Amino acid sequence: MESKPMVWVGRIGAMTLFLLQVLARVVPSFRKPGLIVRQIYNAGARSLVIVMLSGLFVGMVLGLLGFDTLQRFGSEDSLGVLAALGMLKVLGPVLTALLFAGRAGTSLTSEIGLMKSTEQLTAMQMMAVDPLRHVVAPRFLGGVVAMPLLAATFCVIGLFGAHLVGVQQMGVDVGAFWSQTQDAVDLHDVNEGIVKSIVFGITCSLIAVYEGYQSEPTPEGVGLATTRTVVTSSVMVLLLNYLLTAAFLTRS
Amino acid sequence: MSSNHSPPAEAGDAVIEVRDVHYSVGGRKIFDGLTLNARRGRITAFMGPSGTGKTTLLRLITGQAMADSGSVKVWGEEVSRMSSRELFALRRRMGMLFQNGALLTDEDVFENVAFPLRAHTKLPESLIRQLVLTKLHAVGLRGASRLMPAELSGGMARRVALARAIVMDPDILIYDEPFVGLDPISMGVICRLIKQMNDALGITSIVVSHDVQELSSIAHESFLLSGGKVVAAGTPDELSRSNLPEVKQFMGGLDDGPVAFHYPAPDYASDLLGDAS
Repeated sequence: MESKPMVWVGRIGAMTLFLLQVLARVVPSFRKPGLIVRQIYNAGARSLVIVMLSGLFVGMVLGLLGFDTLQRFGSEDSLGVLAALGMLKVLGPVLTALLFAGRAGTSLTSEIGLMKSTEQLTAMQMMAVDPLRHVVAPRFLGGVVAMPLLAATFCVIGLFGAHLVGVQQMGVDVGAFWSQTQDAVDLHDVNEGIVKSIVFGITCSLIAVYEGYQSEPTPEGVGLATTRTVVTSSVMVLLLNYLLTAAFLTRS
Repeated sequence: MSSNHSPPAEAGDAVIEVRDVHYSVGGRKIFDGLTLNARRGRITAFMGPSGTGKTTLLRLITGQAMADSGSVKVWGEEVSRMSSRELFALRRRMGMLFQNGALLTDEDVFENVAFPLRAHTKLPESLIRQLVLTKLHAVGLRGASRLMPAELSGGMARRVALARAIVMDPDILIYDEPFVGLDPISMGVICRLIKQMNDALGITSIVVSHDVQELSSIAHESFLLSGGKVVAAGTPDELSRSNLPEVKQFMGGLDDGPVAFHYPAPDYASDLLGDAS
């Protein structure tokens, strides 16, 4: 038996090679834009409801707890700043990525795994069609495009949720809420959120299509691969979030 | 019966030649000096018990796997030496029918049959429509063109897959276990279609199966695989008259013989009476 660290090194290597193979097919797959659009719909539009609902509730909790803490220092007017920065920098990208892994990632993995176990991928190869180009690359691209859009939606709805609780319910001044937010949040913070959500989108989509494509072509194999997608994506997202946060802090 | 088939005009030369192939997976030997061939315009059957590597043989012929040693030639060209571009060109001249059809689940019947055309040609939509409907009509499913694969029965799915396999007008048509899990009616339909494709289009057909009865009625030549080798070859009639124990067991469906009924085990009595350790 190989030792555990070696298995992990091997897996990271295999995934990197797989990423290169998929990237090499990204440009050719643009020749069939319809496939990519369908995958953006699958990964993006179908995750929209869960992302919006979660965003609303997270924003509302942020409003509630933020107000409770800030009012002890008499600075409840800064609630908007807290909510906006929290959403943009961490909660938006991270929570959206976790939801994305659970909703879109698992469906990508199980779909590709099922295509593999029912010999659809082999059939494509036999019809002289490259499944990496026809199946994997469009799904990967769809996820990469959808994830930042979902994160942006999450942030906007979350801010709305914080506004709902903070302003409507707790009575924070509307003008103060928005003007302080406008002052405190600059482009740098928005960029951090965008970069993170793009990186998480690439990570989650890659893991999802990789696990599906490499899964054992059996019912158990597909089930295991789906679980691995969620576990690996979640850990990777949280790890990368730390690294990216640190990187952005040293740059500012 | 097979004896009154008249082989097509230019029949005779081997399209697929497999010579002395050795192949093993994970230390387990699958082929140990396998030699066989399939001739143009004929229906050739590869038979054998489960686990004799019939499907693996198809993977070797289509270039999805490479033999450890020996040669696999299609139209006189070594498959293992082909670049992936040449391999794709080769596969464009082959059609393959998979065990369960392997239809694309997210496309309807029409789009499944149209898939190879859309991938490899720039034909106008009207011509694609005509081609697809012609092929669907040939398998009797023109009326099902807008159904999704999930709405088809097993037999129908396999007929759609057959329509897809012939839509590019291949020279070789490969059937991987075409009869598995079908009711007698669907089986008869598939059987008739295989023969019809071969007679009408002159396609070289390879059928991998263990359904002796069905194969005997359509195959021109059969190879019986066992233990990684061809143990017998000939017309179905010749095989059924063979005296080799492997052939008799397989053709007659006897439960014990060279392929043992019992998985290797310690002595029965001592196993029953011994410690449960």
